[in-house]
Amino acid sequence: MYVAIVKYNAGNICSVKNALTRCGIEPVLTDDPELLMKADKVIFPGQGEARSTMNYLKEHRLDEVIKSLTQPVLGICIGMQLLCRHSEEQDTDCLGIFDTDVLRFRPNTSEEKVPQMGWNTINNTTSELFKGFTKPEFVYFVHSFYVPECGHTIATTDYTLSYSSALHKDNFYATQFHPEKSGPVGERIIKNFLEL
Amino acid sequence: MLAKRIIPCLDIKDGQTVKGINFVNLHHAGDPIELGKAYSEQGADELVYLDITASHEGRKTFTELVGRIAKEINIPFTVGGGINELSDVDRLLNAGADKISINSAAIRRPELIDEIANHFGSQVCVVAIDAKQTERGWKCYLNGGRLETERDLFAWAKEANERGAGEILFTSMDHDGVKQGFANEALHQLSTMLTIPVIASGGAGNMEHFRDAFTQGHADAALAASVFHFGEIKISELKEYLKQQNITIRL
Repeated sequence: MYVAIVKYNAGNICSVKNALTRCGIEPVLTDDPELLMKADKVIFPGQGEARSTMNYLKEHRLDEVIKSLTQPVLGICIGMQLLCRHSEEQDTDCLGIFDTDVLRFRPNTSEEKVPQMGWNTINNTTSELFKGFTKPEFVYFVHSFYVPECGHTIATTDYTLSYSSALHKDNFYATQFHPEKSGPVGERIIKNFLEL
Repeated sequence: MLAKRIIPCLDIKDGQTVKGINFVNLHHAGDPIELGKAYSEQGADELVYLDITASHEGRKTFTELVGRIAKEINIPFTVGGGINELSDVDRLLNAGADKISINSAAIRRPELIDEIANHFGSQVCVVAIDAKQTERGWKCYLNGGRLETERDLFAWAKEANERGAGEILFTSMDHDGVKQGFANEALHQLSTMLTIPVIASGGAGNMEHFRDAFTQGHADAALAASVFHFGEIKISELKEYLKQQNITIRL
């Protein structure tokens, strides 16, 4: 199987590469449109800030390439947020695959820190991405912005409110958490994606 | 709900763990990767690898080790020790670390926090603070606790928060190694005044101490070394216990 990882100016991309290697896949890290288009699966990972990553994608014409992909695509963390319509982070227009906006967490108490950092459960999972899951499993999150529950929601998580921790529309899948850092549960999600 | 985190800390010298001794069924307790994997399998939520080597050669060994840890370990890990400038951060993040922790360098040049936050994002920047209660209040210390400064713990933690730190790792030097519990009052004060997570460090002796750090100290995570390394507390049993105490824990 040929898996491509979108190379851009977001952090933490090599941990996705390492996670795939642990699953027995040698992915290609690339920003070459042709290599991305002909991959069996594409992963759009990363950690970072919406405006600078979105600007980079536009400058390298990767925005159009990502939108045109027809194979299964998995957005992770900032990758998921960039697949949405608009982000409150630096008032940024994003790719618009998912018809929903990205908002900033507004803590209710001093106990609720921003960013949310650590392990939280994914609830109400309804997708082949979570095949084999029988209970709310813990996965690893690091984020200050979130996607509200919407028509594309395939998993929810509670932090200051109940929000979308995973989305799905057509060939596009996305997780707010980091499956590559979520132990055996995360590996299961990556394998489920590779089996789509 | 977001779970409270349990974090074992491994000291590394010349590419080997320093304290890993009493580990059943582990052939190479000195091997940082095997030890990290063992902790991960027991349920550790994150790992911290602290480079205590001083030499240039040791730094290179540590960077190579970070690369191997990133390939093998599937939970987040932080690395610290000897990080003085942006290029050190870049080197370690490139090798695959999820976060870096800075201590003395941040007190000497607080702008380093802003630089790291702006370049790599707040989420990678853990500011570690060693502090001690004196007659003039809680004071921060440099160089692994050898040098007292005029900086007040709470003022410094707040400044670090405002400059863009992603987490505060607070070690009470009075509690460290004594095994009488964490500095829960100071922890509570930090946790209430900061908008970022606080990691409790120093003082773990039994399972109740972890509970108290969460319930009284309101810490977001608790870090320990020797109680885990010497097998006095098994992470899986600790997490089972904390869950029984109605603390949200990942099992």
